[in-house]
Amino acid sequence: MDVSQIFSATVIIGVLTAGIRLASPYIFAAIGEMFGQRSGVLNLGVEGQMLMGAFTAFYVTLQTGNPWLGLLVAILIGAIMGFAMAIVSVKWRAVQGISGIGFYIIGMGLSELLFKTLLGEVKVINTGFNPVNIPFLSDIPVIGEIFFRQNIMTYMAFLLVPIAWFILYKTTLGLKIRAVGENPHAADTLGVSVAKIRFLTVTMGGVMSGIAGAALSIANLNVFQENMTAGMGFIAVALVYFGGWKPFGVMFGALLFSMVMGLQIFMQVYKFPIPSEFLIMMPYILTIIVLVLTVGRVRSPSALTKPFVRE
Amino acid sequence: MSKFMKLIALLALFALVLGACAPAQQQPTESDKPFRVAVIMPSSISDLAFSQSMYDALVGIQAEMGGPEKFEFVYSENMFQVDNAAAAIRDYAAQGFDLVIAHGSQYGTSLQEIAPDFPNTAFAHGTTNRTFVDEGIKNVYAYEAASNEGGYVNGVMAAKLTKSKIVGIVGPIDVGDAKLYIDGFEKGVRETDPSITILKVFTGSFGDVALAREAADAHIAAGADVLIGTGQMVVGAIAAVDEQGGKVLWLGTQSSQTKLAPNVIVANQIYDWKVVLREILGKIKKGQLGGESLIVTLKNKGLYIEYNEGFSGLGAVKADAEAAIQGIIDGSINPLP
Repeated sequence: MDVSQIFSATVIIGVLTAGIRLASPYIFAAIGEMFGQRSGVLNLGVEGQMLMGAFTAFYVTLQTGNPWLGLLVAILIGAIMGFAMAIVSVKWRAVQGISGIGFYIIGMGLSELLFKTLLGEVKVINTGFNPVNIPFLSDIPVIGEIFFRQNIMTYMAFLLVPIAWFILYKTTLGLKIRAVGENPHAADTLGVSVAKIRFLTVTMGGVMSGIAGAALSIANLNVFQENMTAGMGFIAVALVYFGGWKPFGVMFGALLFSMVMGLQIFMQVYKFPIPSEFLIMMPYILTIIVLVLTVGRVRSPSALTKPFVRE
Repeated sequence: MSKFMKLIALLALFALVLGACAPAQQQPTESDKPFRVAVIMPSSISDLAFSQSMYDALVGIQAEMGGPEKFEFVYSENMFQVDNAAAAIRDYAAQGFDLVIAHGSQYGTSLQEIAPDFPNTAFAHGTTNRTFVDEGIKNVYAYEAASNEGGYVNGVMAAKLTKSKIVGIVGPIDVGDAKLYIDGFEKGVRETDPSITILKVFTGSFGDVALAREAADAHIAAGADVLIGTGQMVVGAIAAVDEQGGKVLWLGTQSSQTKLAPNVIVANQIYDWKVVLREILGKIKKGQLGGESLIVTLKNKGLYIEYNEGFSGLGAVKADAEAAIQGIIDGSINPLP
């Protein structure tokens, strides 16, 4: 185990595999958040929605042995939380930043409470979404190991990216979402219901966050612990800015962040002569650098964080 | 919706938020003056690690002393924010608890500010040896664990168990109790078999379960077949070890983690804070409210190794572990680096 081995196949495969796996919850949550922001609503409650999704998916999977049922319940819970956020921020026009934080705290507190009353102790499940080897493709050396031996939710996350791109840029719905986020008054004049579109995107954002939580608890980790998202929901919000409010940009950001995270872990394992404290900071520093470099190149949706009032 | 309805709904929401944040508490009864203890913990009482070790000890002390009528305790968990914890410490002291325990060295600065305002209340915090006696404060106890001792014993077992001659460590940050445990572990491994490679990853966080899992996977990819770790986030690492189906083993610390993955966990170092709590309670009853630093060790049985008797390979290492424990107790082994 020395520094020279950092370029070995084990490390390259390890870093890329870890990066892709770590990226999947970020992709779900950030794509959901992106739709909300594209329609003009900033939801800072992603972390709380993820925690609720993570717990409910885990609990249902533990009880029934069926991760699909767990995922379904996480989707429902995410939808409820997203809808509640939409009521507060769209219907009641509350300040989005603050109401989002409120939903973060609700999600965190409620998931802790449910964990305490329903489970009481940390458990591991073996009935989650385990890695699936894609026939033939998974046998390709190196590439097969990196890309085609992941769990099903990871495949779903990456499949979501082109779908999100298609919806956003190639459908009427996507056009409406963008219009509502850029110029809600113009959209309103043309007969687009600003409230309906925002209710839809914020609720779907909740669904995606719920799925992101499930990806963590029943696919990547097979364990639930209180507050296990450890800030991932906030990173997901940052990734939307990082990705310039574009699906592939968000995916690129999530992958970059996760791969650097994977790389710093392997650099510690192979005793890279840099203190671990600096290696741990690497993904965050890189994110800040990229954000600074992209300032001015991308523009946020004009109506972001602005509640719509018909004049 | 009318304005009134909106207000009601918002209030209900607010109440829900507050309810979700409120620390879990058992309300004390004032009838026959039991000894009253309040504890502030950084994580959850069911974290299978640091906070749970204190919770379990308080439950044990309560049973020893004759139940809630004689010994009451209340707790605030998940107080990872130090300012919130400081507010809770002050609140408990003002409520007249006999002893307020701040279970985390990060609360030390707050305690140093608060303790002088409540000279008749005893405080305790750990893991640290700072009692602030030198600063003129006389009502703060400090407690710590010689976690390097159990770390050494786990190191001996890891060295005997590994077939690949590679062992891995998943740590939170390289300071305090975690560093002490890891230092002891490394020494135990090296003194048993110097040819073994020790890999180390720090996640930088006590809560990032996903990162702990990736750290464990990285160790396993690099060939490690025995792992240890400390911090609440290690449940992610244990799940990764468990998925290897017995090819990789785990040695735990702080609380018993065996239930989590009974097929791959060989043994745990357990912190039994009852040993220091008994001593602190005895001294408080004699009127000493602080000024002393206490430690749990293998010798005073505040630390012990709990073996997983259900693990089939235990027989091969248990005798070595027991010999190491004896050596540390009688002083023939020095578990400090």
